[in-house]
Amino acid sequence: MKPSSMSTKERRALIRICVALFLFLVLFIIDKTVVLGSVFQGSAAWVFPFCLYLAVYLLIGYDVLWKALRNILHGQVLDENFLMCIATVGAFALAIYRGVTGQPIEGFDEACAVLLFYQVGEWFQGYATGKSRKSIAGLMDIRPDYANLLRADGSYEKTDPAEVCVGDTILINPGERVPLDGVVIKGASTLDTKALTGESLPQEAEAGSEVISGSVNLTSQLYVRVEKTFYDSTVSKILELVENAAGQKSKAENFITRFAKFYTPIVCGVALLLAVLPGLITGDWSTWVYRALAFLVVSCPCALVISIPLSFFAGIGAASKYGILVKGSNYLEKFDRANIFVFDKTGTLTKGNFAITKITPANNADEVLRLAALAEHASNHPIAQSIAARYGKPTDKGYTLTNVAGAGIIAEKDGDVILCGNEKLMEEHGIPFCRETDVGTVVYVARNGTFIGSLLITDEIKPEAKEVAGALNTMGCKTFMLTGDNAAIAKNVATETGLTGYRASLLPQDKVAEAERMLTEKKPKDVLCFVGDGINDAPVLMRSDIGIAMGGVGSDAAIEASDIVLMKDDLRGLPLAKRIARKTMAIVFENIVFSIAIKVAILILSAVGIANMWLAVFGDVGVAVLAILNAMRVNSKYQ
Amino acid sequence: MKKTYKLEDLDCANCAAKMERAIAKIDGVRAVSISFMTQRMALEAEDDRFEDVLQKAIKACRKIEPDCRILL
Repeated sequence: MKPSSMSTKERRALIRICVALFLFLVLFIIDKTVVLGSVFQGSAAWVFPFCLYLAVYLLIGYDVLWKALRNILHGQVLDENFLMCIATVGAFALAIYRGVTGQPIEGFDEACAVLLFYQVGEWFQGYATGKSRKSIAGLMDIRPDYANLLRADGSYEKTDPAEVCVGDTILINPGERVPLDGVVIKGASTLDTKALTGESLPQEAEAGSEVISGSVNLTSQLYVRVEKTFYDSTVSKILELVENAAGQKSKAENFITRFAKFYTPIVCGVALLLAVLPGLITGDWSTWVYRALAFLVVSCPCALVISIPLSFFAGIGAASKYGILVKGSNYLEKFDRANIFVFDKTGTLTKGNFAITKITPANNADEVLRLAALAEHASNHPIAQSIAARYGKPTDKGYTLTNVAGAGIIAEKDGDVILCGNEKLMEEHGIPFCRETDVGTVVYVARNGTFIGSLLITDEIKPEAKEVAGALNTMGCKTFMLTGDNAAIAKNVATETGLTGYRASLLPQDKVAEAERMLTEKKPKDVLCFVGDGINDAPVLMRSDIGIAMGGVGSDAAIEASDIVLMKDDLRGLPLAKRIARKTMAIVFENIVFSIAIKVAILILSAVGIANMWLAVFGDVGVAVLAILNAMRVNSKYQ
Repeated sequence: MKKTYKLEDLDCANCAAKMERAIAKIDGVRAVSISFMTQRMALEAEDDRFEDVLQKAIKACRKIEPDCRILL
């Protein structure tokens, strides 16, 4: 659907407004040139212009009148339709009063125009919110409509993705959206994951690679074995998150709804006083009633009530365009104030791809690697896996492997003893070894009491880490790193990226404790963000003020536990999200101040008689329209 | 139990806020949030009374904004 397309309801309303506006202008011009009130003579001369204006008034306002009546019957007294009716019917009544009492006939045009412009404003307001809603919802529109399910007879059938089971085979044609998470069993293609991660570079997929629902198949057919049901697929998780995002309301939104709750009754109360008290004192009823009616026109808090959630919505939408999912407007609001960033090291600041960078043999380099792989091949520790990956060959079988916690692994077969681990393991067994001085994780290997050599394993720092730490530091934030590695590695990473601090040698449970400590020590105004990959730091993500998970695609635990998800494994999302949050909050603040200030100014001006009803209408719908347009500025480009 | 419902023809932001307040007052409602932007209502209520609460919520919405419908 084109974003510019209008619904039939909107189009009909627009036609009605145009017809009414045309008739009104014709009537208005004739009235000003001919003066309709003087066409007939006598005390009932006002009836002729009154009837003409009333016809236009009814044409433009019959639905407002009807709604007002209906809501009154439902007990909704301070309903905006009702207030608008009181104001305009009151203006008519005043004009009739002038006519009956023989004063110059005027005021019919104004009553008619107020309702007309009210309708114009309402229409525009509805159109603008509808349009922004569509354009932002369009960004999040990743819901697949169907899946091509392989039937037993070999044919493909279009099915509802929710009905496909795990293990079924589906066909994804070029141009179609991947409906469910799965693994490619046949075919090779490129996938566009932009809607999910904001990553504009297409990804390659071939037999054996995982595909994520929500991405779009670009080049050729893919046959995919379904690994997750629709409900568990990435696309459902994300949609659920986006749909619930609006449920978490920000303080600014709560403030506005509370403000609106009191604003309307107060303005109406003041209007009543304004109509009665000065009238009683001065006896000049029509002037003061007129001013009170202008009050009623400004009494609707719509501009505020619409523009604030719209700004947040636009902010969340803008962030999602870059693959940043914010779980609610309260987090966007809080993230603007975030000033302490705590990073997990492995997989967040570093790539988490441990690789052997140096082998220091006592004499034979191949032997070091072969024995290390033999001892470590069964372990799923990333360090052990990096050794097995580097060796890449099958290892000797038949060894009994014993894990020595915090030290390493001992492999034994028929009296052949291989020690593989850190310096503690070497020292415990009294083996003289050559200490590795470079920074990194060192694995020493010894066989039957003789030192064979050592391996140095390091983890690459992400290329953008330095830039991001620098950007956050210049924004006035503190940056910390928590890691299980020793102080030397931690210090190296911290200085290279430019972090303001680090805590090293933390066991997984210590990380939670350390984060807890930082949370209790921070000042009440500080907002602490924890950035992790969500794999083993879910408790910290949940405990911190804002939990940010990186590389959220495919990790349910991370999406569940965090408040903000960076779908793309790229730290640059952090300063970007911060800029979006800052702009959103700036616009929210502008809208609150601007709308309230204009409304109060118009109220004061009408009370003293400077502003008339025309200006009051601007105070109602004009301000709303301007605030909406301002809110849409949030959804601009950030890169 | 928490359920999300889509709202149709929710045209006025202030009405959404009014509806939210009215529903929050219904006995048995734990939490309710109506989003004007996404046109959705998230209703959380006690499990055994959910249906009853939902009916009352529908009634409350109809009273405030008769044009707006809750899609079940």
